[in-house]
Order: sequence, then structure tokens, then C-alpha cells
Amino acid sequence: MSGPKRKNMLRKGAGGRSTHDVGGLEFGPIDREEHDLALWEKRTDAMLRLLVGPQKRAFTVDGMRRVIEDYGQQQYDRTTYYEKWIRAVRNLIVEQGIVNREEIEARMAEVRARLEKTGRKASKEKIPW
Amino acid sequence: MVKTRAKAGHNAAPEGRFGPGDRVRVAARDALGHCRTPWYLRGKTGVIASIHGTFRDPERLAYHQPGLPAQVLYKVRFKQSEVWGRYDGPASDQLEADIFEYWLEPLK
Repeated sequence: MSGPKRKNMLRKGAGGRSTHDVGGLEFGPIDREEHDLALWEKRTDAMLRLLVGPQKRAFTVDGMRRVIEDYGQQQYDRTTYYEKWIRAVRNLIVEQGIVNREEIEARMAEVRARLEKTGRKASKEKIPW
Repeated sequence: MVKTRAKAGHNAAPEGRFGPGDRVRVAARDALGHCRTPWYLRGKTGVIASIHGTFRDPERLAYHQPGLPAQVLYKVRFKQSEVWGRYDGPASDQLEADIFEYWLEPLK
């Protein structure tokens, strides 16, 4: 059966652990402050719920975990919670043939151009696939 | 597009290989790809606290497969002092984790 490839992204010097599987490693103190969520973060949450929910069942939460866990250590450690989510949602809807990569990239370019035209800042950063 | 049926399909009283009170060891093996058994529990010894039921297998669901046959999921109790080696808390401290049957080995 063809499908997404099984792979392990390992954490350096951690004896075979996957990048995300850090329970028990030293990461310093935990920031327990409450954070306000940005609008895009709330939208990401809503999108995920709609995509995995009973109407669509486009993929499972397990699939989402897998995409997040397939990140290399550098990307895994420098991206925030919802950055991991939105990348996973993007990759999974492409994986499941709901939209294709070109459509997403064209739309991103369109939104960026629109923001720049109205003098708003658009991040140049690209989230690796 | 591969449709994954996300219906839990879980059975509250499954035929499990283990029962409450049984001593078990978490397999000390590597997993290829998505896996819900944390690294820090691999090879550790615990006791079955309860049986959650049977659930579709997340190690397959993660790859758009149906996740069948469903697998028995246990709540396993570990001594903190055994899990962490250097543990500063009280010796009676315990930790509970949900572990699928195919990750557990019987222990006499």
C-alpha cells in the first residue's frame, strides 16, 4: 500500500529519540504565563477541527501528529505550537488531494501581494514543506 | 483521496492479554514513524492499572490506513523512581501512561 513514508527524525545526541519525544530531557523552566492567541492561530484551530470532524474526515489527529513529528530538529525546535499545526494542515490537505501545492503557493503569493499593496507587512519567511 | 474513518469503534470490555495488577515491561524497541509510546518508558517495568478498551491503531491511522484490527489500550502505572533513575520526589510517587498491548511484554 503506498502512502506517506514512515520515517524517524532523530534528536541529536539523545540516543535514538525522535525529535519530538523529549520527555525527561533538560529544556529549562516552563513558561506558565497565559498567552493571547492571534487570529490566525484561532483560525488554524478551527480549520483543524473542521477537517478532522465527522463531516469531512479529511485526515486524523494521528496523521497530524505524524506530520509534526516528521519535522527535523531545527524546524521542530524553532516553530511555535500553531506554526506546527498550520504546516501539518497544509501538508495533509495536499497529501489527501484536497488542494495541490501549486494552488496553495499561488494563493500565498496573491495574499502577500495584496498585503504589500495596502502597505501591510507580510512575512518573507517560508514554512518548509 | 484516502478516506480515513475516524469513528472510534471502541469496545469498553475487550479481551485483553493482561488484566489489572499484571506486571508488564514496555518493549525496549525503536518505532519507525508515528508512535504513542514515549521514549522514557521504553524498557521500563510497570503494573496494569486498568483497561481503557480497544481503539484503532494510531501507528496506522497516522498513515491514512484504517487502523484495524483495533488494539487493546491499557493504563499502566510506573514508579517515578524507576522511570527517571535520579528522582528526587517521594519513593511512593507514581506515573500513569496509556500503552497499547503490542508494546507490552508479560513479566513474572
